[in-house]
Amino acid sequence: MSTPPNRSGHAPPVASGPESTSSTGTRVLGAAALVGLALSVVYGLFVSPPDAQLGETIRMIYTHVPTVSVAYVAFVVTAVSSAMYLWKRTEFWDLLGASSAEIGVVFFVLTILNGALWGKTTWGVFWRWEPRLTTSAVLLLMYIGYLAVRAVPADTRVRATRCAIVGLVAVVNIPIVHKAVDWWRGLHQGRTVLGTIDPEMGGNQLVAMYLSLATGLVVFVWMLLHRFRVAYLVERAADAGLEEALAERRAERGTPSVEVAP
Amino acid sequence: MIRDAALVAAKDLRLELRARVGMGQVLPFAVLVLLLFAFALDPDRGVLERATPGLFWVGVLFSSVLVLQRSFGVEAEDGILDALRLSGMAPAAIFLGKVAALVVQLAVLEVVLGVGVVVFYDAQPAHAPLLLSVAATATLGIAAAGSVYGALSARLRSRDTLLPMLLLPLLAPVLISATRGFEVGLEGHAGGGWSWVALLGVFATLYLALGAFLFRPLLEDA
Repeated sequence: MSTPPNRSGHAPPVASGPESTSSTGTRVLGAAALVGLALSVVYGLFVSPPDAQLGETIRMIYTHVPTVSVAYVAFVVTAVSSAMYLWKRTEFWDLLGASSAEIGVVFFVLTILNGALWGKTTWGVFWRWEPRLTTSAVLLLMYIGYLAVRAVPADTRVRATRCAIVGLVAVVNIPIVHKAVDWWRGLHQGRTVLGTIDPEMGGNQLVAMYLSLATGLVVFVWMLLHRFRVAYLVERAADAGLEEALAERRAERGTPSVEVAP
Repeated sequence: MIRDAALVAAKDLRLELRARVGMGQVLPFAVLVLLLFAFALDPDRGVLERATPGLFWVGVLFSSVLVLQRSFGVEAEDGILDALRLSGMAPAAIFLGKVAALVVQLAVLEVVLGVGVVVFYDAQPAHAPLLLSVAATATLGIAAAGSVYGALSARLRSRDTLLPMLLLPLLAPVLISATRGFEVGLEGHAGGGWSWVALLGVFATLYLALGAFLFRPLLEDA
């Protein structure tokens, strides 16, 4: 008897796959992330001096730069995965792209919250149509659209194709949104502190900056591995559920007590 | 390829001419939006005049969502998308045909809205070449990006809410560029306006290329 086709049309379900999302690799990464976070807190809050112009608010940049960087890295990972999915059509690229987009959205939300708080302390208002904040808001909405498409129930292959298309369509727009917003707010505008590394930073400020950036990237990889494995397990659980349902129906057909419609 | 695209475009336009949904419903909606803006923004304080370019393009964007839903809604019914796929036409040709038909419909829409802002908001089209170039490139960009997302959401039950949510953020740079371009064009000195046309051109070109490439997986799997 041939194997029944599974829901996804991808690899057949594995009976005994991994049951947790952690491995030696992720434990090491997780430990490294914790150490990095602790060091970032020490450097960002205590060791590094306040800035001459920005004062204590410079410390917000130590969280702003990592979150925004991770978000962009995540969207690039999603774009590459989307292209790879359309080429290779494997579950791996689909799940990787979706996992990365989800993390990207989380980090973009953090970036915007951080930016708004920074705005409140510096300008006295939560929101200003500052180019980088505006760009972030537009891109965030674009990728919330990706997650919305992801959430529409559909056959796995159909969903994967839709998401890959949105992933590619969205990433192409990133440089255009940047350019449009920059020109809109005026290219000659003074320096925009948010989202750029202050050239006047020195010594421990730079250490705090790069330390938190590196930590952010480690956290991203750690989250991505776990999120990917969760997504993989969800697919396997769905496959197993279908197998079970099929087996039940077959068993029903076998039992004489059940009336089978002609 | 071009012949196939022309066939698809002609089919769409013929359908539109006969059904008159665009003429009968979308155009009045667009004019209604102009009136609503006037009610929302006090016409006596000069806000309308200053905001005219932006209001015009917001009107175009909202109306284009309706045009797109109509354009791809007719394909989604009765498995017509599958029939198109089986017709042997290249997906890229189908895409270009849909875009061409949309460009024509959006152009009609923009002419009506254009007359509307001249009449209602007292706009003066001072620099016609710039205004026309902005409108042409922006329309092409809206049609190209819109066709990809229109086809993607056409077969979904949640398409009415999903399409604007996907499309409007994507068109944010078009709104910014077209509005700024129109501002310059209405003031009558084209100088800075051409860089916006260039940006709109880049947007349109990128999404025409991407759409032509993505329409095969879009028709086959999505």
